[in-house]
Amino acid sequence: MELNARVPAGPLEKKWDNHRFSNKLVNPANRRKYSAIVVGTGLAGASAAATLSEQGYQVKSFCIQDSPRRAHSIAAQGGINAAKNYQNDGDSVFRLFYDTIKGGDFRSREANVYRLAQVSTEIIDQCVAQGVPFAREYGGTLANRSFGGAQVSRTFYARGQTGQQLLLGAYGALSRQIHAGGVEMFTRREMMDVVVVDGRARGITTRNIMTGEIESHVADVVILATGGYGNVYFLSTNAMASNVTAAWRAHKKGAGFANPSFVQIHPTCIPVHGDYQSKLTLMSESLRNDGRVWVPKKQGDKRLPADIPEDERDYYLENKYPSFGNLVPRDVASRNAKEQCDLGKGVGNTQLAVYLDFAEAINRDGEAAIFKKYGNLFQMYEKITDSNPMKEPMMIYPAVHYTMGGLWVDYDLMTNIPGLFAIGECNFSDHGANRLGASALMQGLADGYFVIATSIAHYLGTNKLEKVSEHEQDFIDSRRVVEDRIAKLLKNSAGGPAGKFTVDEIHKELGKLMWDNCGMARNKEDLEKALKELPAIKQKFWDYVYIPGDTKEINQSLERAGRLADFLEFAEIMIRDALTRGESCGCHLREESQTEDNEAKRDDENYSHVSVWEYAGQQEEPKLHIEPLSFENVTPSQRSYK
Amino acid sequence: MSSINLTLKIWRQQNSDALGQLETYTLDAIHTDMSFLEMLDVLNEKLTKEGQDPVAFDHDCREGICGMCGAIIDGVAHGPEKEVTLCQLHMRHFKDGDTIVIEPFRSRAYPVKRDLLIDRSALDRIIQSGGYVSVNTGGTVDGNSIPIPSQQSELAMDAAACIGCGACVASCPNGAAMLFTSAKVSQLALLPQGQVERKQRALAMVEQMDKEGFGNCTNAKECEAVCPKGISIRNIARLNKEYLFAAMTEG
Repeated sequence: MELNARVPAGPLEKKWDNHRFSNKLVNPANRRKYSAIVVGTGLAGASAAATLSEQGYQVKSFCIQDSPRRAHSIAAQGGINAAKNYQNDGDSVFRLFYDTIKGGDFRSREANVYRLAQVSTEIIDQCVAQGVPFAREYGGTLANRSFGGAQVSRTFYARGQTGQQLLLGAYGALSRQIHAGGVEMFTRREMMDVVVVDGRARGITTRNIMTGEIESHVADVVILATGGYGNVYFLSTNAMASNVTAAWRAHKKGAGFANPSFVQIHPTCIPVHGDYQSKLTLMSESLRNDGRVWVPKKQGDKRLPADIPEDERDYYLENKYPSFGNLVPRDVASRNAKEQCDLGKGVGNTQLAVYLDFAEAINRDGEAAIFKKYGNLFQMYEKITDSNPMKEPMMIYPAVHYTMGGLWVDYDLMTNIPGLFAIGECNFSDHGANRLGASALMQGLADGYFVIATSIAHYLGTNKLEKVSEHEQDFIDSRRVVEDRIAKLLKNSAGGPAGKFTVDEIHKELGKLMWDNCGMARNKEDLEKALKELPAIKQKFWDYVYIPGDTKEINQSLERAGRLADFLEFAEIMIRDALTRGESCGCHLREESQTEDNEAKRDDENYSHVSVWEYAGQQEEPKLHIEPLSFENVTPSQRSYK
Repeated sequence: MSSINLTLKIWRQQNSDALGQLETYTLDAIHTDMSFLEMLDVLNEKLTKEGQDPVAFDHDCREGICGMCGAIIDGVAHGPEKEVTLCQLHMRHFKDGDTIVIEPFRSRAYPVKRDLLIDRSALDRIIQSGGYVSVNTGGTVDGNSIPIPSQQSELAMDAAACIGCGACVASCPNGAAMLFTSAKVSQLALLPQGQVERKQRALAMVEQMDKEGFGNCTNAKECEAVCPKGISIRNIARLNKEYLFAAMTEG
């Protein structure tokens, strides 16, 4: 596997300009002769499909839901970063770049991250022009807030629904192109395979969720914008349909999978309340701007929070990290919450929760001001938990939220299968080992609106592509493989459910294995144990899963089974990746790699690289490749938020 | 935490062409902290284990924002709680021994595809007809060069909060999509960015709405009562004004 990142030459701040100039173009009249498939309609996918269509390419866009407006970007609450420096508080492109690369614990590529910071300002202009109703100051200018881990106010927001508003902006742009005929929209389609012809990605195989039809779609390039794989844990903040299938099938066709063990555990989620739980709900971490995190000083203190006097409360983040306090990065906040609960100081029924308290902010700014900022989040919390955060502290606990790992891509966001691109959360490129708050929306839109079109033009301008059709052998084979696999999934079901397991039962088992052994804190022993236990779960799935219904109809159990089958395969490289990375870095603590005061210890000497996994076959161990990281513009420092 | 026993009457329909009917199921020991969809998950696990077909229903984010879920619960879209989607409705709002009737959103423009799962693509086509500002990517002016009074932006945001679940249509005696359409028309009519296409947008979106077979508004206000995002029917008044003005001056 060749891992050439193709980072352009020249000084950091000139790389993107140089690259755009040296890249080949496709002239406007010729673009209509080329076609692109975009899978996924979240921020990255919708913005890419709209932009490519505006430029004249023929686009086919696919989504798994009933409408492109439903992709999970819609659930992002807090905001989007941009280096506008509107607040005149010392922000700049370089500072956003630096914060992002430092926040990622120096495990991302300098050039990609710098470009992200550069185009961040254009994103805001684009979204404003679309009519995204960002929060405004009374004078009419755009409002900003500071967001987890940042010391400047660079986050733009639309109440607690920033993701929704940005996605509806991109959905609007996409809808306009559908109306104009530049985009053909396919809803309720699940991508089942990438079709590679003569070494190049030339199409996809999909399953029509409504009819069960297995379909082929042909194009000159394929762009995956299929999000992250957090649902490998069963419980996460991801939407129910979020899955790894598209990325995993691309991986099995030869695309490298980078840093699969880099998973972000978000500190402010509503705690788990029962084994029937289907997903976890995130509370935006903007809440930490005004909320104070605490636990009782005494272990097992069952008093109501209001009955615990001030001097018997441990505001552990403020005490431990005086300069950042409640605004420490996500991993630090998550790990400390787990640590407090492990010490027996957790609160609530399950004792797997800590308080997030707004009492002081309400005293300081008044009820109205706090409600204006967080009202919709408080209401959401109250609906779920039946408790009002204006009256009593919230309870929060960490949950799986975002996956920094993803398909390996070069500077052009192309995987190592020529013609196959990956954008948004689906790729690994910008967040290193940890993503800063309000940076996912930024990356999704940067990739879709401002980066991918340049890459596509260059690829098409430098490669001569033969015409292909869905009647060719590679497409026929792909359809057959997909159909065989569905038949295999259904093979146990003829005899009825007796003695069998449902998809969710097995998924919960996988989730528990991953959360217990490949979660926030990891060690060699547990990871090796997990690697040993995984094949039995996989076997159980293939031998005993019961799926009611047929393939040629709406069959939601079959959909979930297909996704779980891929999660079960994918989990192996996740565990292996965690095992081979013997350092603590970014989001995860490797227990063998700690400082004297139990903080994460990164090991630049041995692990300053991207780990890229190559699929070697069903019975073979996956191969590990390494893309070394070099830092010419920043000096990797050991993070300290004390 | 307490638990309740329930009787469910659920609409079962194999596909668009089949006849449907209500089937009765009983569920015991439902935790009141469960969400409504988690209760349906529990039912589906039970049905699966008994060798019966689970109930098909749409859902995705389960945080009340994607707009994919929804059903008529005892005659009310998204159920008895104000301003929640079905996924955010919790079982603590039901009592032990309750019988709950669960039906799909119904409207002429929403064919039932299976059980509670419907086709709402007509709503997408309304947006496609003009629910956007026609700007291409790139070459836009600096965000702060379009100052917008905070109050105005907040009003636009009130309308923009629509999640496109379509409960408004399912609750309207006329099957009108006026609340949905007016939310987008209002958002963009309230903002300076939306002015250039203001008239054309109102005309095109109303035309598409009619073409899809949605009815007209007669101020029954059922839509506002069930809207999980509290979208106000003032937006419908605004749409009427926008449409009338556009029709008088352009039409």
